[in-house]
Amino acid sequence: MSVPIRPLLHARGISKFFPGAVALDAVELKLNPGEVHALLGENGAGKSTLIKCLTGAYRRDGGTVTLDGQDVSPASTNEAQALGIGTVYQEVNLLPNLTVAENLFLGRQMTRFGLVRRRAMNARARAVLEDYGLSIDPAEPLTSYSVAVQQVVAIARAVEMSGKVLILDEPTASLDRDEVQLVFGVIRRLKARGLAIVFVTHFLDQVFEICDRATILRNGRVVGERLLEAVRPDDIVTLMLGRQLEARVQARRSGPGGEVLVELEGLGRRGMLEPVSLSIRAGEVVGLAGLLGSGRTELATLLFGAVAADSGTVRKRGRALRLARPRDAIAARFALCPEDRKTHGIVADLSVRDNILLALQARQGWMRPVPRARVNEIAEHYRRALDIRAASLDMPIRLLSGGNQQKALLARWLATRPDLLILDEPTRGIDVGAHAEIIALIERLREEGMALLIASSELEELVAYSSRVVVLRDRRQVGALEGSRITPDNIIGAIAAQTPQTPQEVPA
Amino acid sequence: MISQTTPSVFKRVLPQLVILAVVLACNLAVFPGFFALSVHDGRVFGNLVDVLNRGAPVALLCIGMTLVIATRGIDLSVGAVMAIAGAVAASVLAGGQGWGTALLGALAAGLLCGLWNGVLVAVLRIQPIVATLVLMVAGRGIAQLITEGTILTFLDPGMIRLGAGTVLGLPTPIWIWIGLGALVITVVRRSALGMLIEAIGINEAASRLAGINSRVLLICVYGVTGFCAALAGVIVAADIKGADANNAGLWLELDAILAVVIGGNSLLGGRFSILASLLGALIIQSVNAFILLSGLPPEFNLIIKAVLILAILVIQSPKVGHALYMLRAGGLPLGGRTKARSPLTSKEEKAQ
Amino acid sequence: MKLKATLLAGAAVLLPVLAQAGDLTVGFSQIGSESGWRAAETTVTKQQAKERGLTLKFADAQQKQENQIKALRGFIAQGVDAILLAPVVATGWDQVLEEARDAEIPVILLDRTVDAPQELYLTAVTSDLVHEGAVAGQWLVDAEAGEDCRIVELQGTTGSSPALDRKKGFEQAIADHPNLKIVRSQTGDFTRSQGKVVMESFLKAEAPGSICALYAHNDDMAVGAIQAIKEAGLQPGKDIKIVSIDGVPDAHLAIAHGEMNATIELTPNMAGPALDALEAYLKDGTAPPKWIQTESRLFTAKDDNMAIYEEKKTLGY
Repeated sequence: MSVPIRPLLHARGISKFFPGAVALDAVELKLNPGEVHALLGENGAGKSTLIKCLTGAYRRDGGTVTLDGQDVSPASTNEAQALGIGTVYQEVNLLPNLTVAENLFLGRQMTRFGLVRRRAMNARARAVLEDYGLSIDPAEPLTSYSVAVQQVVAIARAVEMSGKVLILDEPTASLDRDEVQLVFGVIRRLKARGLAIVFVTHFLDQVFEICDRATILRNGRVVGERLLEAVRPDDIVTLMLGRQLEARVQARRSGPGGEVLVELEGLGRRGMLEPVSLSIRAGEVVGLAGLLGSGRTELATLLFGAVAADSGTVRKRGRALRLARPRDAIAARFALCPEDRKTHGIVADLSVRDNILLALQARQGWMRPVPRARVNEIAEHYRRALDIRAASLDMPIRLLSGGNQQKALLARWLATRPDLLILDEPTRGIDVGAHAEIIALIERLREEGMALLIASSELEELVAYSSRVVVLRDRRQVGALEGSRITPDNIIGAIAAQTPQTPQEVPA
Repeated sequence: MISQTTPSVFKRVLPQLVILAVVLACNLAVFPGFFALSVHDGRVFGNLVDVLNRGAPVALLCIGMTLVIATRGIDLSVGAVMAIAGAVAASVLAGGQGWGTALLGALAAGLLCGLWNGVLVAVLRIQPIVATLVLMVAGRGIAQLITEGTILTFLDPGMIRLGAGTVLGLPTPIWIWIGLGALVITVVRRSALGMLIEAIGINEAASRLAGINSRVLLICVYGVTGFCAALAGVIVAADIKGADANNAGLWLELDAILAVVIGGNSLLGGRFSILASLLGALIIQSVNAFILLSGLPPEFNLIIKAVLILAILVIQSPKVGHALYMLRAGGLPLGGRTKARSPLTSKEEKAQ
Repeated sequence: MKLKATLLAGAAVLLPVLAQAGDLTVGFSQIGSESGWRAAETTVTKQQAKERGLTLKFADAQQKQENQIKALRGFIAQGVDAILLAPVVATGWDQVLEEARDAEIPVILLDRTVDAPQELYLTAVTSDLVHEGAVAGQWLVDAEAGEDCRIVELQGTTGSSPALDRKKGFEQAIADHPNLKIVRSQTGDFTRSQGKVVMESFLKAEAPGSICALYAHNDDMAVGAIQAIKEAGLQPGKDIKIVSIDGVPDAHLAIAHGEMNATIELTPNMAGPALDALEAYLKDGTAPPKWIQTESRLFTAKDDNMAIYEEKKTLGY
């Protein structure tokens, strides 16, 4: 890219505070005309907060935004659109029952004497869409076309209404390979027209294919702005995941554990996860590494039967299991602490005690209630063992801190005495103290002979406790690391996969 | 163990007890003989007995309705199911069978209706309000088909005793609803059913991941509701010695929902108290008694009811509860009254 | 029959009921079968047609005006000789009645009237609701013969015209008799169960033995109230006199058992007077009056209520 004279949009020192958290800390973003700019970062890095500040969905708490040299601070998305900043989201938010043309001109229909000029509107829509390489009938309902076409219509609508800056928030997340190319074609045309385009995605190869420049966020701060021609994927991944703790590697032993407990053979589901094969031994921690959307949560979900797999088999101690529902997995003594604690983990209004007891009671069935004395014994035991800090076990779990909620969820599953414990992001969103305690608990459980499968975006953590790390990218298993090869560098290398560090297949 | 739970149960239903006391006091004000009881032929008479007796249909309905609402659902069809059950009972009797067979037939029909709703909600994943609306509309038609549009009367003394008879001096319906209420409360709280139902209502996704068989539980809960409605339908039919498909249980689903709400249960599901709902049903019936005893022209009936119910709900709202709490904290010696505070706030406080 | 008609819901299906050969063909658009009385009216209309050797084409409208209009157009298209219409609502009939007039088919309204110009229909056969109330009131005036009597009243559904008119007629009849006083009046929604519930509260609210008579706006409420009176240990019909309106079979049964004193019949035979007028009109063009009032006959213990009960039971009440 040529060196631009002046950025089209320049955001400086953008800050946004939420109660008890700094979402954005003096963030800078420079968008040049005719450039596709990637905005990268893990979940919670601040990408969507930044976008919302730019489009007026949020009011920023500090900083300035200049557009074409003018200071702007849109108070709503409509105002941002009028200024020239348009946004397209992952989920197409058009009206599926209306026609393509109506969607394109919604809110600014061409009218004469108060009546919609349908024919003129259709003709105009056809002309507009041809500019985007689409020759479709704009009089047809939007739903008669594929998601990719709908996405292009959404882009066309955003550009027609704004025209300077286009923000694309994961526009390709639900598209297949050919459809992605359709959208990319449109992006290249718009780039040639001189628009500044922000592209948010979790697919690193797409970033390198379409983008010119990238701003990387972590924990609400900009950790780097890079011209993509000049960097390797490793560098980007390193920036995204960060490397604060270098030296905890010595805590790990490479002992291969005991007997093989669980074997996955080609476990997968179309559109969700390509077949994965791996085995987990008793007394072993297998880590799942990969960026968000790489398939690490999906693997945990399929293995637990929360979503039924459509290919592959899972065997436990050599016996094939049928895992169509979580109940099946629980019957096989699997347990899963999900990634999203609030929506998939805690039952907010129930007491801490009931939350701890829930899985055990569900397995026993409602007719055989766990006796109250036993309930108290179990809850007290885990309150002490995991140091769950609650004024009373009778208080609703929603009043606990994130760390204590997570410990209560761990207690819920430990109470079922599982053979395989699956943890998805066990330390996300919890305070430092609880964090260390959970890591220590993982060690202890492993020593007691439990098999653990842990998905995490915290590389140091994975390095600290994993006996083996399976790396996923683009919903595919791309490698595995064992023993002394488990280092943050090697994991990053495998994720970025320009030069695969360990191209070996995982032992089945 | 009982000594451990009794105070919290009492605390939970205190607002309902206070409201009931206030409404009964209003009754006493318009009709000084309200609390008078007398005995004729071994049968106790009095307005209090009437409240307990006439409250039976709504009380029975709200037992099941509380459970359904706890799962974040609702059942609009209970009124129509009452009509179906009454019609089935009457037609079985008309076919020459005994009252036992008629009762079983009616209960089976109600259970079937409930299971139908449950399958629509739990298996086909239709929104409860829509799923049960189907039977609400169609159910009365089904009942009319069974009775062929007439009031199907019967004279079987066994059946009539269920609605108009007495046991130990009190009308049978009182024993029936108190018995079923006690049974369901015991089963729900002594087994793990209550906790699992609450878990589904609060967070179904998390409950499923914790291994709760939400599908079967939901179907069962709607089944129980259908059963309760059938029993209510039999009582109403037995009371007038006939099945009136057009009018039996008409609009009672709304009274049942109202009873659950007055009982302090959230329509958003979760924690529930059947006992509080039953008190809610008695509160509604006491309001009805007030209207009848007041002697005002019937044009005022709905207005009086609306105003009283509105007052009850306003007093129960968290905002007003908070204001009352602040008043008390400001030095008003209202003693231990925790009037009109939601169960959750009182729980939180206890936890502090 | 009714069952079948109900099953064929939705479209206004024309069911040729009596395909007897006759000189005249008459179409009958019935509202539906929402009450026992309505069912009886249908039965009696069919009987009347049969007795007169008419061919009756029957259409059940399932409570929908659109179905009735469709049925009327169907009758017109088939070229029937006359149409009997029991209208579900009062308004919206002008156009289809004009079509019938243009086709020179006389239309006779049964049981209810419509808001349309009088020349659009031949006549309307209905009962007089105020008169019914007045007959009930007059019976009580005669029965009490000057003795003091505290009356309780069970009203129909609040605001409905039968409730308003039957109340009005009764009050007019007792107005000049200060010995008769309505002490409590509450709605029983025309249903048996509410009749029973409200009567229970009346019995509690008034001093024991102080209620002398009950006036119910329909028999169903009276039947419910009889149960309440019995359960309170009193004798209905003796301790408390009971008069109500409609003349349904169960009311006759109650009178036969001495548990009720009088009922005023709302006759289901609207078709009889209607067909009389029609035959006269078709024969020599005799124009009937625009309103034919049916008889509001008083039934008391003097009648053979058991026989009436058995007879009425067959009508489909």
